[in-house]
Amino acid sequence: MLIGSSQQPLIKWTNRGLYCEKGDFYIDPCRRVDRALITHAHSDHARVGMKSYLTADAGVGILKERIGFDSSISGIPFGKHQRIGDVIVSFHPAGHLLGSAQIRVEHRGEVWVVTGDYKITHDISCEAFEPVRCHNLITEATFALPVYSWPDSQLVFEQINQWWLNNQSEGRCSVLFAYALGKAQRLLCGVDPSIGPIGVHGAVEKMLPYYRKAGRAIPEGIFKANAESKEKLKGVGLIIAPGSVQNTPWLRKFAPYSLAFASGWMAIRGARRRRALDRGFVISDHVDWKGILNTVDNTGAECVGVIHGYADALVRWLREERGLRAYEVSPKYAKDRPGEEAEK
Amino acid sequence: MKGFSELYLTLDASNRKNEKLAALRNYFSVVPPEDGAWAVFFLIGNRLKRPIRMTDFRKWAGLACGQPAWLVDECYNHVGDLAETLALLLSERKRSIRAQDRPLHQVVQEDIIPLRELGLEEQRKRLESIWVHLDGSSCFIFNKLITGGFRVGVSQSLVATALAELANVEPAIMAHRLMGIWKPTPCAYKALFTGSHSEDQTAKPYPFCLSYPLDEIARSRLDTISKWQVEWKWDGIRAQLIKRGNEVILWSRGKEMLTDQFPEIVEEAASWSGSIVLDGELLAWDHDSPAPFSELQRRLGRKNVSVKMRNDVPVLFMSYDLLEFDGVDFRNKSTQERRSILQSWSSGISSRYFGISPLIEACSWEVVLRLREESRRRRVEGIMLKRKEAPYHSGRKKGDWWKWKVAPYTIDAIMIYAQLGHGRRAGLYTDYTFAVWNEDSLVPIAKAYSGLSDHDIRKVDRWIRQNTTDSHGPVRVLEPKQVFEIAFEGINESKRHKSGIAVRFPRILRWRKDKLPKDADSLKMVRSLLAVDS
Ligand SMILES: [Zn+2]
Repeated sequence: MLIGSSQQPLIKWTNRGLYCEKGDFYIDPCRRVDRALITHAHSDHARVGMKSYLTADAGVGILKERIGFDSSISGIPFGKHQRIGDVIVSFHPAGHLLGSAQIRVEHRGEVWVVTGDYKITHDISCEAFEPVRCHNLITEATFALPVYSWPDSQLVFEQINQWWLNNQSEGRCSVLFAYALGKAQRLLCGVDPSIGPIGVHGAVEKMLPYYRKAGRAIPEGIFKANAESKEKLKGVGLIIAPGSVQNTPWLRKFAPYSLAFASGWMAIRGARRRRALDRGFVISDHVDWKGILNTVDNTGAECVGVIHGYADALVRWLREERGLRAYEVSPKYAKDRPGEEAEK
Repeated sequence: MKGFSELYLTLDASNRKNEKLAALRNYFSVVPPEDGAWAVFFLIGNRLKRPIRMTDFRKWAGLACGQPAWLVDECYNHVGDLAETLALLLSERKRSIRAQDRPLHQVVQEDIIPLRELGLEEQRKRLESIWVHLDGSSCFIFNKLITGGFRVGVSQSLVATALAELANVEPAIMAHRLMGIWKPTPCAYKALFTGSHSEDQTAKPYPFCLSYPLDEIARSRLDTISKWQVEWKWDGIRAQLIKRGNEVILWSRGKEMLTDQFPEIVEEAASWSGSIVLDGELLAWDHDSPAPFSELQRRLGRKNVSVKMRNDVPVLFMSYDLLEFDGVDFRNKSTQERRSILQSWSSGISSRYFGISPLIEACSWEVVLRLREESRRRRVEGIMLKRKEAPYHSGRKKGDWWKWKVAPYTIDAIMIYAQLGHGRRAGLYTDYTFAVWNEDSLVPIAKAYSGLSDHDIRKVDRWIRQNTTDSHGPVRVLEPKQVFEIAFEGINESKRHKSGIAVRFPRILRWRKDKLPKDADSLKMVRSLLAVDS
């Protein structure tokens, strides 16, 4: 059977996003549609305004928090098959953040998998990534260049702890920028809470109950960093906040501080220096170059669609070096490289 | 080498001067002289002669990391720094192999410098065996040293300050000990601390006294005109003419030895009796006024200056300060005193290669302001103000020396191309090309890299990504929609440019979101500026 070339592709790109005609649904659509299957709750994947949402059970709470409690959001357990139209759909852990999923779509024995955002490295704050055998894999490519190769996250947590301790000895607050959903909670599960008080930005705090309810090891005693709690944090505390607070009055409350960013982009010196940071910690919730290649191997896919990020480089590499059928899923400039943005 | 790599990364990552200073102090307080000598060499801005060709280096690094050349290029475009790209790609290959830490001087003297003497194949093999044994950051630094792109965010004066603290001397004295040609030997390094600094004193220039830019508002706060020495601000190359004994040296503010490029000035100075150190400006000279800077540039970067070049581009050393006379350091004397010594000394000199920057006699700021308006016609950049009471400072010190430049030209132009930036701006579209209207078409007029805030850079980057119509290699062709106000210092006819015009020091002043493309300026208007400038 020829998959994905001669016949109509099971999942194709439209101006509303990835579309499966046989099941008449969209995956992470970017415009209003009737039926949206959502890989995870980040704003570039889950948008408001869809008539109905379907996501993994483990991600329902967070998605409602983001999209609105009155939206029509339903869940499905990981691994459970559900028929939608002419296809069978199931959700599988993507390891990107709590409840994040890959979406598997099967039609008459032809299997497609859309990874959404994913990572294969160790993370105790969410379900572990699970490779799913398929014919056609649609993978993300946010960090699809061989210069990206993640260090062991345990080593990075040790670096963060050390930086925090150093700042304490200089009487400075430690401000760690991280994406408010996913990365921030992962950091909270990884740092050593015995070092000192931990304050978080409201956007981070809002998500903590979902992680606690899921039994994830968020330390006790974390509080909202604000005018009332600033004295507790000054000089000794760790503050985890989204990067958007840089240069705001909110942040200045906690001066003097050392500024750091936790993101895969920090692997490149230029990205670190550009933001005028004191430190950059290389810790990503996306898959690195090698991780993508491993995933392609583990799924056994013969055909690989690439979306987001460095799609063109990965496509060419898979074609020329692996002899796979690979293609860019979305038109060239439809969704461009993330560049400077904090990773989601 | 690890210690040096860590120092580099700390200096590179930090935005705090005190942190940088502490890192330098910590490093120099423990480093053995063999390594310290090379660390000083690199930190004050010297570079090694490239031991291998860049194209080979790139190719071999690609081979060593097992990636196809196009992917190495793609990575380089993204990272914006070749040494870093290759270090990242190479580090992937050797996580399992134990890195060795070899001293910096060994790496430089035994690994890098001898590469030059090897054949191509041996060079490649040698590099591969070196790469294997360097850890990630050392590999990056090694590549930096090889590619000659070693630049780190410290000024020479910061290095001098750190060393001065360790040697327990004034920063100016250490800056003085560091100037001239630095020989990276343990002896030279030790001499920095003992001051047993010998014969080559003859070549030591003084740190330049630097001025701050002045605008109309800051100008209005200055005290009465009688306190100020007023001169033209020359548009040439700032240099010290050092004549001690029979030796003459021209040392530029950009820390280059220019002695060979201006033989007529050197010959002239050699004939003077006694010894003297002058501060002044090297200028291309056209009868009785300066020639455009582009003329002077023809003199630079040459080993030998031909007789024809001497005739085509006559030059002049326009002297404006006297720092040393017959072995006595005059820098602590007042500007006024130094000036009068300079004048009385120069009355005995008559030469077509030597001038004294005339004082502008003005009884009020209004007169100075009016004269400043003549700057372009006189082919100078504006006015210099020097406090008559002030000593000759080392480096930049606010308050005593001001440069009051004439306002730049400005035009409104449309952004038409963009390219990824490098270094600090890697990964962002920050290199722009701007165009003006020529009838109904757009003709490129200037490239500019700087001038926007970080905030605007990010916004423009996003706009570029969403408004690309085509791409040629790394260059993106954009919708001609965004208008920017561009400033530049000078304008000349140019056959090399499609517009027939070359502008000097173009930079972005503002993003004119309030303007439509049709509001941008025309080539005709830009050409009309030519008349003013020449
Ligand atoms: Zn995401």
